[in-house]
Amino acid sequence: MIHIVDIGMNHETAPVELRECLARDPTGAEIALAWMRDHGAIKEGLFISTCNRVESLFTTDRVEEAEGAVIDLISQLGRIPSTMFSPHLFTYRGRDAVRHIFRVASSLDSMVVGEPQILGQIKEAYSKATREKTAGTILNRLMHRAFHTAKRVRTETGVCDSAVSVSYAAVELAKKIFYELKGKKVLLIGAGEMAELAARNLLSQGVSSIIVANRTFERAVELAADFQGEPVAFEEIGSQLLEVDIVISSTAYPGYVITSEQVKKCFRKRRNSPIFFIDIAVPRDVEPQVNDLENAYVYDIDDLRGVIQVNMAQRAEEALKGERIVEEEVIKFERWLSTLAVVPTIVSLKDKAELIRQAEIRKSLSSLGPLSSHQMRGLETLTLSIVEKILNDPIVLLKRKSERPQAAAYLDLTRRLFNLDPENDEEVEYEHSGDDTEGQGSS
Amino acid sequence: MTDLIMGRLALLLTLLATGGLIVYIVTQNKRAYLWSYRILVAGFVCLSLRIFFQYYAMGAAPVLTLKSALSFFAWTILGAYLVFHLKFRLMVLGSFVAPLVACLLIISSAIPSTEVMVKPMFRSVWLTVHVGTSFVGDGMFAVTFVAGIMYLIQERQIKKKNLGTVYSRLPSLATLDSINHYSLIWGFSFLTIGMITGAIYAQYALGSYWRWDPKEIWSLITWLFYAALLHERLAVGWRGRRTAIMAIIGFMVLSFTFVGASLWLSDYHSFRNLGG
Repeated sequence: MIHIVDIGMNHETAPVELRECLARDPTGAEIALAWMRDHGAIKEGLFISTCNRVESLFTTDRVEEAEGAVIDLISQLGRIPSTMFSPHLFTYRGRDAVRHIFRVASSLDSMVVGEPQILGQIKEAYSKATREKTAGTILNRLMHRAFHTAKRVRTETGVCDSAVSVSYAAVELAKKIFYELKGKKVLLIGAGEMAELAARNLLSQGVSSIIVANRTFERAVELAADFQGEPVAFEEIGSQLLEVDIVISSTAYPGYVITSEQVKKCFRKRRNSPIFFIDIAVPRDVEPQVNDLENAYVYDIDDLRGVIQVNMAQRAEEALKGERIVEEEVIKFERWLSTLAVVPTIVSLKDKAELIRQAEIRKSLSSLGPLSSHQMRGLETLTLSIVEKILNDPIVLLKRKSERPQAAAYLDLTRRLFNLDPENDEEVEYEHSGDDTEGQGSS
Repeated sequence: MTDLIMGRLALLLTLLATGGLIVYIVTQNKRAYLWSYRILVAGFVCLSLRIFFQYYAMGAAPVLTLKSALSFFAWTILGAYLVFHLKFRLMVLGSFVAPLVACLLIISSAIPSTEVMVKPMFRSVWLTVHVGTSFVGDGMFAVTFVAGIMYLIQERQIKKKNLGTVYSRLPSLATLDSINHYSLIWGFSFLTIGMITGAIYAQYALGSYWRWDPKEIWSLITWLFYAALLHERLAVGWRGRRTAIMAIIGFMVLSFTFVGASLWLSDYHSFRNLGG
């Protein structure tokens, strides 16, 4: 009997220091996979290692031995004694392990629920496993179903819809004001991580140019080089306001860098084209009254945080829908898994043959004309023995393989060759790279 | 008979589509939208057939009674919406336009139909062109009006930093402003053609270009209002909130010209005299 087990730790169960120890070695995954491949108790294995989680997913028929082995493996990889981290481990078996991996792939188990990077990371882990040849029939199917589940969760719920970081919230707002950001001009005043991130996100949305102003001109030149933008002197901000569409401000200046009077004056020359101020500075750089001007929109850091909070709550609500989808998919997978036993496969193989035999007899009877009971018996015997002879070898082979490690593969192949699960034949496409690279949240 | 069936069918389909589009805006279910849109197009086709039959039967544009004028207006609004949909692909616009169209059709169907005597002077190509272009202009302005309302709602959400369900369902300000821009230009062009052809027709049928009829005066006021708005937009660079408000006021004036001036004030544009 094959069991699916998932052992590991994530941001909830283990502190960052511990996860760091394990994620340090970039070749850790390959080492782990090679190790799992060589271990007798582990049939198939997958190793996921990101900064928020380290886990090993494997199939085995000797659960306890395999679990002990995987804990040893983690201990060796992190060079830490198992007593130090075992309280931080979670272990999921069977259906729970399936549910867990589906939830992880769908980003329901992430620190920032709905963050899109995890799916790419899981796909990467899976492709490593296929390269190292540690993924077999069950893990292949399991991972394809996990990707399918993730796709469903993403398209059918709003879990990934709204921005949950300041810079993304700013980009989304800009899109609601300008529709598209292609060709828009951005003025970046001051520096700072969040401001630069926001500028970078805007650039990736097709913003045409970035103008950088800073108290110290050298710093402006430096930053402008980073963004392939244009540095301007701090005093030029006023004239730049005539040109730009989006202003990101993040200076340490105690007063207002941009005043309502200043903005008001430039609208006539701008022909009232809208201008969006993203004020990340504390104390604020943009006078709040600017927001009262027509076609001017000001969002300060608190406003943006407020937006994020609302979005977080929305995501949590949508996550409930996601859990339901996961549950559905878990049940589907379990159904498939339960067919991977020898007896049910042989039974359904025989059933299918019998159905075909009877249908064909019925069809032929009309053209054969009235038959005597003697002839009828002859026909029965003939068809029965043909069916039996054809099925004999496959059945014998299946029975012989039932105790071997590749049993699952044979069973799966048999079911597919004879099309024993017609409702289950949707082939899950496996797009490796995918479009999930645009990201936010965890790294 | 066909006229009646098509009218009923158009009303039914529009109501169905309106329901579906309201469901869409609440639940954001794309399938609800897709079906409502198809039903709405079917409703438009029925309404088109109906107007064609009426025109065929009477030999004149079917706007001689308030009843038929309202359904003609509904038809042009729906047409204008469908044209803008092709350009902007803005699903949510339908959720706002369809109720307006449904209202007009309901009012139209509630008005008892009267026997209309078509005077020979109405059987003129000029009248058809005058009525057709004026109504298409009105339909465009109705879209401007709806986009204006949507703009004001969305602008308020963004200014007040209230980014909830309303905000997420409405399109961007730039899109709404752009609809406002195009529908204003097209609406104004059609209205202008409508006024000119009307004057030509009046000269040809009544002997003078301009007779200071209240409907004519109000039409001129409406035209001047939109001309001013268009000028501010194109030459001065007005946009956004101000133009949205103006578009809404403009549509109020237009509605008064359409119904009020025809019912209570007018002389020869009045439905009483038209139908009589």
